[in-house]
Amino acid sequence: MIHQNSPLAQKIVLISMILCCSGGWAGAQKTWVVCPDCPTPQIRQAITLAAPGDRIEIQTGDYHETNLVIDKPLHLQGIGQPVLHGETGNEIMIIASDSVRIEGLHFQSVPRSHLKDLAALRVQRKQHFIIRDNTFDDTFFAIYLEHAQYGEIENNRITGRAVTENSSGNGIHAWYCENLCIANNQVARHRDGIYLEFVNNSDITGNYSTGNIRYGLHFMFSNDNQYEHNTFRDNGAGVAVMFSKRINMRSNLFDHNWGRSSYGLLLKEIYDAEITENLFSNNTIAIHLEGAGRISYQHNTLERNGWAVRISGGCVENRFSDNKFLHNTMDVVLNGRMNDNSLAGNYWSEYTGYDLNHDGRGDIPFRPVKLFSYVISQAPESILLLRSLFIDLLNFSEKVNPAFTPADLTDPSPLMQAL
Amino acid sequence: MITIQNLHKSFGRNQVLQGIDLTLQRQGAITAVLGPNGSGKTTLIKCLLGMVIPNEGQICFAGKPVAKQWEYRAQIDYLPQIARFPENLRVREIIRLLQQIRGPHTRDQELIALFGLSPYLDKPLGSLSGGTKQKVNLTLAFMYDSPIVILDEPTAGLDPVALIHLKDLLAREKARGKMILVTTHIMSLVEELADEIVFLLEGHIYFRGTIAELKEQCNEEDFERAIAGILTRPAQPIAAPEQVGPKPDKASLPFIPQPTTH
Amino acid sequence: MFKIMQYSFFDLMRSRWSYSYFGFFFLFTSALLWLSGDIAKVVISLLNVILILCPLIATMFGVMYYYNSREFTELLLAQPVKRIAIFWGQFLGLGFSLSLSLLLGIGIPFLAYGLLASMEIWHFSILLFNGVVLSFIFAGLSFLIALRYENRIRGFGLAILVWLFFAVLYDGFFLLLVMHFREYPLEKVALAATLLNPIDLSRILVLLQLDVSALMGYTGAVLQRFFGSGLGSILTLTSLVVWTTLPLLAIRWVAERKDF
Repeated sequence: MIHQNSPLAQKIVLISMILCCSGGWAGAQKTWVVCPDCPTPQIRQAITLAAPGDRIEIQTGDYHETNLVIDKPLHLQGIGQPVLHGETGNEIMIIASDSVRIEGLHFQSVPRSHLKDLAALRVQRKQHFIIRDNTFDDTFFAIYLEHAQYGEIENNRITGRAVTENSSGNGIHAWYCENLCIANNQVARHRDGIYLEFVNNSDITGNYSTGNIRYGLHFMFSNDNQYEHNTFRDNGAGVAVMFSKRINMRSNLFDHNWGRSSYGLLLKEIYDAEITENLFSNNTIAIHLEGAGRISYQHNTLERNGWAVRISGGCVENRFSDNKFLHNTMDVVLNGRMNDNSLAGNYWSEYTGYDLNHDGRGDIPFRPVKLFSYVISQAPESILLLRSLFIDLLNFSEKVNPAFTPADLTDPSPLMQAL
Repeated sequence: MITIQNLHKSFGRNQVLQGIDLTLQRQGAITAVLGPNGSGKTTLIKCLLGMVIPNEGQICFAGKPVAKQWEYRAQIDYLPQIARFPENLRVREIIRLLQQIRGPHTRDQELIALFGLSPYLDKPLGSLSGGTKQKVNLTLAFMYDSPIVILDEPTAGLDPVALIHLKDLLAREKARGKMILVTTHIMSLVEELADEIVFLLEGHIYFRGTIAELKEQCNEEDFERAIAGILTRPAQPIAAPEQVGPKPDKASLPFIPQPTTH
Repeated sequence: MFKIMQYSFFDLMRSRWSYSYFGFFFLFTSALLWLSGDIAKVVISLLNVILILCPLIATMFGVMYYYNSREFTELLLAQPVKRIAIFWGQFLGLGFSLSLSLLLGIGIPFLAYGLLASMEIWHFSILLFNGVVLSFIFAGLSFLIALRYENRIRGFGLAILVWLFFAVLYDGFFLLLVMHFREYPLEKVALAATLLNPIDLSRILVLLQLDVSALMGYTGAVLQRFFGSGLGSILTLTSLVVWTTLPLLAIRWVAERKDF
């Protein structure tokens, strides 16, 4: 008996559905051509005429049609990126049937609305859709998925015009969805690049999310997801994972998420996650933990961040090992107690100890918390002394003879060489 | 030409000058300022040059007070007591520096020849011996043909040949009508050259007059003994301020030896 | 004044101290550049060195130079020159020679490394500007101290103390103040305190340029807004100008009342 939720089962269902659809209508499949000078100059007309399973080819040109409801399994294929223009108060296209495939279209301009979350392309309660190779430019919300399942969103270019958080929408917005595959998209300048709320069992792979006002990727109440090989650059915060469980984060790049309260990765109320082989560079705070538990951090590289890891209250069983901490202004800041979090066997560029028995581990423990970070948390104005000689002396004396920083926050077996 | 009136100067509690009145106007004469160590010779000269600021009294140069002025110094050549120069400048450069400060009119070539300095012109000043430095010092002092020449211990470190050159030079300058003021400890030099001596003791002018007058006052044939006589006697200056009675003109008062008090 | 400045400058530029000072910066910067290979990081590393070393060396040189040229100064005083022209001239000569050693010592490796091709040239200029300003400020302060105290040991001691105060102790007091009154909003006080110490001011100016301000959280944002504003720039410049001119005026005051 194959469990319904297992990936294998999903794949079998998906493949059989596609085979079934394409095979079932193979004999009857017809291609409708839409172009400004064709017998069917309107997309709406073609949708009405087409039978389920037909293919509609949309040729280069400008189309001013909105609220296009696709209510049967169709394959819309743009040829030469035809431009579909939006208008105030309306969406451009709504997928209202299973097994719809949208490819090669250019969605242009959905004006923002204060009343409704208007999107260029909406999927409502449907399954087995493919949205691929499209361009979304200046659309309020680009792709909006609600109660959608088994969808592929792949290789789209999505560019917004977000200025403030309140007046902007998300690039890819998913709400109550399952089994999505979001891959190789470029999402820029929205509120959140990719927003997932109540989304489970989904893969987010190879996306490039940049210049988003809030988060590059945002999980809310979403479990059992994984994201890999994505790049998050210059966002308000790279990735925020909140109120979620079992998230697997691997081989992503968090780069230059830089600003006054900026994070590479923000973890809030998240449990049982794995964070592996990611690179965090030049973020104000590379990883911020708040109420995070049972998370393992391995083989990540954190370099040149303001704060590499900031641990706030309520964090338990966070295990950092085999990570590289390179040239961060502050490696670890701990607000509260160490509890049973652990930092063992990492490489620290600031470590100055020695290894007499040549086991690759330093013989004296490394204390990643500097006195100065403690001082700053007590009196924020003291940040004015950053990089002053006095602070260097202070940090040094604390290192030699710890009095203020938590005694248990140490790496007892720091690596001598970065692996 | 130079008038000093009621000049007082103290360094902390040490009262160095306690009311000096002195007028210098003879041209073509050498005046030697004498006195034991700490009697205020150098301080007097420095007051004249504006380097030390008097507590009281006034110095006039050609009728004008010199306080806070600097232009009048163009009329004065000065040889400081200790010859120390910036170590990394060359002799040639320091001569040029002075020329740039005081203007191009100069007779440096003549003096360089006189003191035999030409081999040293491109040497850094830090590498010169004391005597050679003093020669540079003399060259710098005499380079400008100013009407007034002030020399503070000009003979220090000089070899005999240079000393003879210096004496010749002084005699020549005197003959050219300059007013020359010298402090020195070499009595032979004073005896040989000075037309007039001013003897300072404990902040007062103890004696002013010619050498002959001094010898006469002291009943000594030998000048050096006359001077030594003054110094070994714990004498009070006749015109000391504490003295009762009308204040006599010190400069013209004859020297009367005081009886010993012990 | 300019003649004297020129001669002081040449005299100092030929001293072995100048060569060692230049040599230190040259070797240090070259080593940093070729070992780390990252100009932005080198600028940060140099920041600490410049902020500490420029004032220290300027202080030491200032006191030493004054005492060493004491007799020559007397010779100059007997010349028809204004008193203050001599001291300002010597001060300027000192300041320029220190600055030249600094500029060449750091500039040559950077140019050789291809600074012009990188985007860091602005940060680099700000850094050097601060180094030069600090050199002048502390040369002035040390000259003033040497002028005021004939006793060399006392003068040296006091000059080092002044350096120590601005480089280290001031920050200590500042920290004590901030920690003690942490319940109160202290941003304005903190800013004022920064303006009063040229070393702190230079450090903040460079750090703000280096984009580290984002690290500084809320206070950092307040800071950046302040230093970026018109008023902030004016106050900053005023503070630096005051810090450079105040010792000069004090030098004049002391020099005109001093016996040599």
